[in-house]
Amino acid sequence: MSRRDRRFGIAGRTYLGLVLFFLYTPIFVMAAMSFNASQFYRLPVEWTTAWYVKLASNQVLISAGVNSLLIALVTTAIATALGTGAAVVFFRHRFPGRRVLQILLLPPVAIPWLIIGTSMLVFFFWTGIGRGFHAMVLGHVALALPYVVIVVSARLAAFDIQLEEAARSLGAGPWRVFFRVTLPFIAPGVIAAALFAFAVSFDQFVISYFLAVPGFSTLPVEIYTAIRKGFTPEINAVSTIVIGISMLLLLVVARYYKFGSIR
Amino acid sequence: MAEVAVERVSKSFGDVQALNGVSMAFADGGFYALLGPSGCGKTTLLRLVAGFDFPTSGRILIAREPVDDLGVEKRDVGMVFQNYALFPNMSVEANIGFGLEVRGISKSEQRRRVGDALDLVKLGGLENRRPHELSGGQRQRVALARAIVIRPRVLLLDEPLSALDKALRVEMQVELRRIQREVGITTIFVTHDQEEALTLSDRMGILRDGVLVQEGSPDDIYENPKSAFAATFLGDANLFRGTADGSTVVLEGGDALSVSKALKAGPATLAVRPEKMRVLEQCGDAEQANTLQATVSQRIFAGSSVTYILDWRGTAIKVFAQNNGSRIAEPGARVVVAWNREHTIPVTP
Repeated sequence: MSRRDRRFGIAGRTYLGLVLFFLYTPIFVMAAMSFNASQFYRLPVEWTTAWYVKLASNQVLISAGVNSLLIALVTTAIATALGTGAAVVFFRHRFPGRRVLQILLLPPVAIPWLIIGTSMLVFFFWTGIGRGFHAMVLGHVALALPYVVIVVSARLAAFDIQLEEAARSLGAGPWRVFFRVTLPFIAPGVIAAALFAFAVSFDQFVISYFLAVPGFSTLPVEIYTAIRKGFTPEINAVSTIVIGISMLLLLVVARYYKFGSIR
Repeated sequence: MAEVAVERVSKSFGDVQALNGVSMAFADGGFYALLGPSGCGKTTLLRLVAGFDFPTSGRILIAREPVDDLGVEKRDVGMVFQNYALFPNMSVEANIGFGLEVRGISKSEQRRRVGDALDLVKLGGLENRRPHELSGGQRQRVALARAIVIRPRVLLLDEPLSALDKALRVEMQVELRRIQREVGITTIFVTHDQEEALTLSDRMGILRDGVLVQEGSPDDIYENPKSAFAATFLGDANLFRGTADGSTVVLEGGDALSVSKALKAGPATLAVRPEKMRVLEQCGDAEQANTLQATVSQRIFAGSSVTYILDWRGTAIKVFAQNNGSRIAEPGARVVVAWNREHTIPVTP
C-alpha cells in the first residue's frame, strides 16, 4: 500500500503545486514588477522603490484608499452586528417562515454583482438615496450581510442552547446571556465573519463603481480608472500593498476559523 | 427553599399534548422523582416548573405563590442539565460564581460561597480548571454546585446522571442524596431509570403520555401499583387477565386466583411481582392460596439468585428465586408456581 500511496502523493503534490502556481504566478509577477525600475516589464529586474515613492504622492489613489478603508470598516461594523443578530434569531427561534427567510439570504451570494449593482443604482436613484459614501455603505452592508449570517450560523450550529438556558436559570437577562455565554462561544465565527465582511467591502468594485460620485470613489474604482488612462507600475505598487493586507487578513481568518472549535 | 405545587397543568406544543391535567404537590425539602418512558412529559413538567415554558392551562405555585408571570430568570430555581451545560469559556470558579455575579454579590462574598459550594461537592482546589479539563463526574458536581450556590427555592435535575457510567452513577446517586439532605432543598428529579428513582426519592410520580399515572412513596408504588403500566414500568410484574367474581378471579382456561378483597364483577387484571412467587415441585407443598401448574422453559442462574421463565398455557411467567438451598428446577420440569393472596394486586389494565 505504501508504494501506491507515495506515488499518489507525488502526483497529488505536483497537481496541488500546479494549482498554486497558476493562482500565484500573476500575483508574484505583479509584486516583483512593482519593484522593477522598468515600466515595460523588462528583465532582469532592476530593484527600485521608486513606484512606491511616487504612489506616496498620488493624492487620488491615497484618498481613494482611505475611502475604501473607511467604507470597509463601517460596513464591517454594521454587517457583523446585524448579521450576528440575525444568525442568533434564526438559531434561537423556530417561527413560521424561518426556513424561507434563511433561504432568501442566499441568493445575494449567487446573483452576479453586476446585476445587484444595477438594481441598487436604479433603486437608490428612484428612492432618492442617491450615490456616495452612505449609498456605498448601504450597498456593501447588503452584500456582506449574507456572508456574516452564513459564517456565524455555522459556528452557532455547534452551540448548545442549554448553555443559554443554564445562564437564564441562574438569573441572567437576555443581554448578559448573550455577552457572557453566547458571544464568547461564537466569537471565532464572528471575527471570521467580520473579516469576510471587510474583504467583501474592500474588494468591491462593481457596486462602488456604480455608486461613486465625482470626488468620492474607492480604491478598486480608482485603480480601474487609472488602468484605463494608461498603466503605470504605481498600480502594481498599490495592488501589492492591498494583496499584502488581504493575505494578512486571510491568515487571521484561517487562525480563528479553522481552530475555532477549541476556544 | 419552598414547596411546589402543580395544579391541573396541561401543555401542548402545536398538536402534541405533552401534559394533560397533571396535579402534584412537592413538599418543602422533599426529594421527588418524576419517572416515565421517554416522551411521557416528565421533562416538559420540569421545564414548566423551571419557567422555560409556560402551561397551556393550569398553574404552578412556588412557596404558595403563583409563578405564571415569572420567567426562569426570576423564579430562583437551580437547574442541573443532562449534559451539565457548563460554560466552556469560564473556569470552574466563574461557572459556579455566575449566578452570584448576576445577583450583584460582592467579589469576596462570591469567592467564599463558591469555596463552600466546592467543599460541599468535594471539589476543593479545582477552582481554576476549565470544564473540558474535568471528568464526567467532576462536571456533574460543578453543575450541581453552580445550581445550589445561589440558594434556589427549588432544585431541578433533568436526568443528571444518565451521561455517567454505571459505577460513577451509583456513586453520584449517594452524593446527590447526601448533598440534598445537607442543603435541605426541595428537589425534583427527572429520570427514566426506575432503579434510580426508587433508591433516591422520598416520593415519586410516574408519568405516561402526559398523564400522572400514580404518585406516592417508592415502596408504596412498588407494593401497590394501581395500573398494569405502573406495575410493569416500576419493577417487573406478571400480569393475569380474567373475570372477577367476589374475591376470586377466574382466568382463561379455568384456573382461579384469589385476591384479598372483593372486586367488582367483570374483567379484571392482576399483577404479581416475580420475587413474591415461589417455584415448587408439587402442589401439596404450597401453603399459598394461589397456585398455577407450569413448565420451566428457562432458568437463568446468577449465583445468589435464579430467574425462572415458566410457561403457563403459552404465557410466560417470570419468577425471581433466592438461591437458598432448595433444589433448582431444570428446563422442562413440571412445577407449581405459588404466591400469597395479598401479593395478588388488582390493577387497571
